Amino acid sequence: MDGITTIGDMTLFTWRMLTWLFTRPPCRGTVLINFYQVGALSLPVVALTGTFIGMVLAVQSYAQFHAIGLDSRLGAVINSTLVKELGPVLAATMLAGRVGGAMAAVLGTMRVTEQIDALTAMGADPIHYLVVPRFLACILLIPSLTIMADFMGIVGGYFYSVIILGIDHAAYLNHSRDGVTGFDLFSGIFKSVFFGSTIAIVSCYRGFNCEAGAEGVGKAATTAFVYSFVLILAVDLFLTIVMNSIYYTIYPNGTSFL
Amino acid sequence: MSESSGPVDDGEIFDLEKKQSADFVAEQQSLDEQPLIEARNIAVVFDDQAVLLDINLEITRGQTVAIIGESGCGKTVFMKTLVGLVNPTRGEIYFDGEGLHRMGYGELTRVRRRFGFVFQNAALFDSMSVFENVAFPLRQSEVVSEPVVEERVLQHLAEVGLPRNVASKRPAELSGGMRKRVGLARALILKPEVVVYDEPTTGLDPIMSDVINELILDTRRRYPVTSVVVTHDMHTARKVADRVLMFYPRPRLNDHESQVLFDGPPSDLEHAEDRRVRQFVRGEAGERLNELSQGLSV
Repeated sequence: MDGITTIGDMTLFTWRMLTWLFTRPPCRGTVLINFYQVGALSLPVVALTGTFIGMVLAVQSYAQFHAIGLDSRLGAVINSTLVKELGPVLAATMLAGRVGGAMAAVLGTMRVTEQIDALTAMGADPIHYLVVPRFLACILLIPSLTIMADFMGIVGGYFYSVIILGIDHAAYLNHSRDGVTGFDLFSGIFKSVFFGSTIAIVSCYRGFNCEAGAEGVGKAATTAFVYSFVLILAVDLFLTIVMNSIYYTIYPNGTSFL
Repeated sequence: MSESSGPVDDGEIFDLEKKQSADFVAEQQSLDEQPLIEARNIAVVFDDQAVLLDINLEITRGQTVAIIGESGCGKTVFMKTLVGLVNPTRGEIYFDGEGLHRMGYGELTRVRRRFGFVFQNAALFDSMSVFENVAFPLRQSEVVSEPVVEERVLQHLAEVGLPRNVASKRPAELSGGMRKRVGLARALILKPEVVVYDEPTTGLDPIMSDVINELILDTRRRYPVTSVVVTHDMHTARKVADRVLMFYPRPRLNDHESQVLFDGPPSDLEHAEDRRVRQFVRGEAGERLNELSQGLSV
């Protein structure tokens, strides 16, 4: 019963946020601060994790591909996996951990210390003032973070495969180009927008409904990350099925790594 | 344009002006007597527990009402109900004759801007400087040029006894008393008709408590405001209020008993008929000690 109430409550919360978004855009100052915190401050960590994931993929796949003499096809597998799945999910996970938890903690503290009540008492709508800028920052900047994760993952994979493992540079690039289509890149970026909105809504909702005290704030931050992460994976599964159906409708033969 | 049927002499004009003036005075008197805030049968229930039940009261223009009572009696909840921060489970709040329950979002926002709210821990925005905190209501509600904002913010900070250099500080850098004064400056910047104080002196030393009490009185002298002060500090209640209401925790009352145990001037508190009021005013534990030892406390 509580679960149904929470879903209903969160739907109303999202509806109010969307209503504000389309009727009265937030002021520039609040948007820019959130853009800086969500985008600029997340960039280094997303780039770093992207690089490592690209290299880890190369390490894990090399033995099998080497055994069947398909070393040069490694690029196609690494890049396709990164662009379609790992890049968007990794960027979203980092955003949920770094930004989502912080959003829930900040808004939770504002709830506990009556700052949200103060906003309402002064005639400002807390959803318009606090949630809309965070939502905008998440959905508009997560595509850039995804592209950064993709790019750094590709660079990391290339570096490990070509420089460390000694795979032929031209063959690696050639197969990489054949294995990744524009649609793959688009589907990854498209999915990331949904991940961004999930992170913003779940985190802000948890912060707004924070329980009293330091324990309440901690719980809000933790649940914001856990719920965001679970929902990111669920949304990913659903969108991947949809995007694959669209892909095979457009390209009935698909792409092959061989 | 009204048409005159013929020439009008000076005497008639004088009589007409006199009548209009008398009508205006009568209208003003009737406005003053009409309650500015009215609560009708207010009940607030959280998770099956009634915090407030059947609260009826009227607050007239210019009054300073202190709401006293022990912790958990619903003082703060009642105060938040007055401005629509808490929706009553039952009952209605009227402000200046208009029911809050009938208002849409825009109307409710306009009404809230006629209130100034001083929160218990000031509720200053951590992410903003003192200047930005005090300027916030002004920037939200009116299109005012930045020089005017600056002038009004510094004027209000000066009125609560804060120097200019405080304006650039963050709330975390201020003492409890300074935070309360910034909260008061922020509450007053829109020149509200009603100022609501939630525990204005809680957590302050006696000197700073008296400074806050004097500021509440000074605000009343400076602006024609109606004030609602929620407190359990009897010194504050006696000093600033001209009417005191005492709430009692609902779970410790019998069904037929009113939750408002006392409603009268502060001078009558000591001689209140109800023993519980006298005990509260004198700070005597009384039978509460027995209740606590028997685990009957709520």
